Amino acid sequence: MKDGLAHRVEIAVPVSSRRKFMRTAAETAGAALLLEGLDPIRAQESGKKAPLLVLPAATKDLSPFTVHVPQTALDDLKRRLAAVRWPDKGSVMDWSQGVPLPRAQEFIEYWRTRYNWRRAESSLNALPQFRTQIDGLGIYFIHVRSKHENALPIILTHGWPGSILEFLQVIEPLADPTAHNGKAEEAFHVVVPSLPGFGFSDKPTEVGWRLPRIANAWAALMARLGYSRYVAQGGDWGAGVTSWMAKQHPSGLAAIHLNLPILFPPPPPPSGGYTAEEQAALAQLVKYGSDGSGYASIQGTRPQTLGYGLADSPVGQAMWIYEKFQAWSDNKGDPAEAISVDRMLDDISLYWLTDTAASSARLYYESFAKDFVRMPLEMPVAVSIFKGDLFAPPKVWGDQTYSKLFYWNEVPKGGHFAAFEQPEAFVAELRKSFAEMR
Amino acid sequence: MKDDLENRTGARAPIISRRDFIGAAAATGVAGLFSPGVVPISAQGSATKAAQIVLPTTTKEVTPFKVQVPQAALNDLKKRLANVRWPERETVGDWSQGVPLQKAQALIACWRDKYDWRRFEARLNAFPQYRTQIDGVGIHFIHVRSPHQNALPIILTHGWPGSVVEFMEVIGPLSDPTRYGGRAEDAFHVVVPSLPGFGFSDKPVETGWDVNRIARAWATLMQRLSYERWVAQGGDWGAGVTHALAHQRPPGLIAAHVNWQFVFPEKLPENPTPAEQRAIDGASRFANDWSGYFREQATRPQTIGYPLADSAAGQALWIYEKFQAWTDNHGNPEDELSTDAMLDDISLYWFTDTAASSARIYWENTRAGMAGTSGGRIELPMAASVFPHEIFVPPKAWAEALWPNLFYWNELDRGGHFAAFEQPKLFTDELRNAFRSRRP
Repeated sequence: MKDGLAHRVEIAVPVSSRRKFMRTAAETAGAALLLEGLDPIRAQESGKKAPLLVLPAATKDLSPFTVHVPQTALDDLKRRLAAVRWPDKGSVMDWSQGVPLPRAQEFIEYWRTRYNWRRAESSLNALPQFRTQIDGLGIYFIHVRSKHENALPIILTHGWPGSILEFLQVIEPLADPTAHNGKAEEAFHVVVPSLPGFGFSDKPTEVGWRLPRIANAWAALMARLGYSRYVAQGGDWGAGVTSWMAKQHPSGLAAIHLNLPILFPPPPPPSGGYTAEEQAALAQLVKYGSDGSGYASIQGTRPQTLGYGLADSPVGQAMWIYEKFQAWSDNKGDPAEAISVDRMLDDISLYWLTDTAASSARLYYESFAKDFVRMPLEMPVAVSIFKGDLFAPPKVWGDQTYSKLFYWNEVPKGGHFAAFEQPEAFVAELRKSFAEMR
Repeated sequence: MKDDLENRTGARAPIISRRDFIGAAAATGVAGLFSPGVVPISAQGSATKAAQIVLPTTTKEVTPFKVQVPQAALNDLKKRLANVRWPERETVGDWSQGVPLQKAQALIACWRDKYDWRRFEARLNAFPQYRTQIDGVGIHFIHVRSPHQNALPIILTHGWPGSVVEFMEVIGPLSDPTRYGGRAEDAFHVVVPSLPGFGFSDKPVETGWDVNRIARAWATLMQRLSYERWVAQGGDWGAGVTHALAHQRPPGLIAAHVNWQFVFPEKLPENPTPAEQRAIDGASRFANDWSGYFREQATRPQTIGYPLADSAAGQALWIYEKFQAWTDNHGNPEDELSTDAMLDDISLYWFTDTAASSARIYWENTRAGMAGTSGGRIELPMAASVFPHEIFVPPKAWAEALWPNLFYWNELDRGGHFAAFEQPKLFTDELRNAFRSRRP
């Protein structure tokens, strides 16, 4: 994507005016541009070419960015949704083979006829957004500075199939606590980047964007923003990035908070056997391994092959994600109990409109087996376990892994998408846990 | 699919005329019928609705069947292929992340601009095809009786992502050897069914269709065709079904041949020989790097079905990747299989909308605990041809340990997972040689 633009712009205009072009893009705030799809196959003479979203090239400057998805992309999406071909309804009624057909059809019908992307776009554009180049890659981020001068800077990292949208409801309460049942001394300067290959960040064009490299990039980002003392937070892949940051211990990072700590059972197994609590957590891991990790296995080995179906079929992309909202959020069967259909579709639309199925899956190829591992940490660590998550490790594993575990709390409601599902509880956890880091 | 049709015919006409309908379909010889998609969501008044193939209902009769994919489905496919939205290119220079974008675009361009489904349809329809209901499911099969009266009946079972297409080149030579440089006494009566949920067989609407149940259905089929003494053959899931048949030993089954052998010992040797090490390496490579598709299809076949049912490019590349990984080639699947042959198979999956239903065979069998690399001890006389580029290649000693009546074992110097598809001549020779000793 980035390559495509750089390439085309270089051909079209000399470097000096390329700079002008980018400035113009930033100034007009129409920074997510549309170009006709160019692919090696000769296009038929038709207006049906799939629209391609092209991001402006990033520099080391912090360039303001706003989202404007061209109408042609939204029209194309509607056309595809109307022309969907469905599989048969299968041989079970429940979710054990994936999203049941009637639920899929109901969900897609809503996307096609009632959902409004422009609403999500407006909420994003109400926040200051930027892109900057780090380690060769354009990184998108939201950056909300608190009006409270002594606010603690925090970098929040999403996972898969989440995105920056998970944090939309917590940014204001964190940055402006006095307007949201909090105290001035609980304020945060909030930084929310999109992972490489996700959302409006660039897609890596070379291998090597593993968790340690992303963690490095995040430290560079915080330094570039002028923050000399900050904290980091994450769940899912965000927990991976955040844990790697803690391990790398960049100057300025004071502590981390995790809502899915990577706490696989510390070796060796206890001589007296595992407690009931430990066994329950082990059972969750076994179930994940045997029944819940097919998506990770294919994303970890053949992200490109999977990407073809998901890049071409919005229904496929939607179901690939919707299944996880059902499986991992705190619900009694219907994911809408935990996250509204509109919010799920915001997230799904972001993946679809940015065509990031393959590039986001590639993080599994890069890092799932190698880097998403239990890591003993010497830095201060806080943990909130949302009990509806797919994995809820016991505190004893935290004690054995994190030498400075300064906060551990179990939150009865909420699951894997903590900030998305329970924004108030999530904010409360960050305020409480980091109180002593100020 | 079958449900749909039953519903519609059931609603519109009493049972008696439903039978007329089936009779008419069979008589006109056009059994792959078309009706506009009927989905629970109220359809837009538009021509964008996806074309749907509807199969005629089956009875216990053996009903002649011909394939005719409606032109609307072909047009719909072209439209989708002209309107593909691609991901960005892979970040590697090889197939390690899946099909490289350039290869993908070349295949799809070929499918869209050059490929001719009607050619393949005519070829398929040159074989006598039938559907018959077994254990509640309509089973499609090709049935070619040999002109030689004493021919040995054989049932050939395909796997995933294969289909009856794999056997196109071997049916003639097996059934009519004297026309293909063989001898009359090597003749077979050839039966080639489509697995439930594959091709023009029905899609099961209830759980339980694991390889054991399929094997029982195949025994019923051979009995229904009046074969009293027959053999079975298979690779991939076809090998799974054939191992299951060998365990069940239905009356009439006298021997079996597999081109993928599930003979891993329960306890791996501590100091493996080079041949054993090769098998272990193959199996562990499969478990580590090659089995993403397997784990997804085994756990969430419906979810992966959505993109593959809706995106023709997605369906094509999901399969094409396997032709590259599992055939005996120098890097490109086209070294071993023609593009047309691969697209025949891919088109069959696409037109029948069987991505989800075919994936479900993984779900069924892993639930039944059948996904291991050992089929256990088998008393039935067994034969095996080992093609070198198979996913894993066990040593003969392992087969001898589990198959006390192993009567044929041959290791070939070329060919891979899709043995009949890749090396039809070798495959034919193997079956002739293997079963020669089983004839009266």
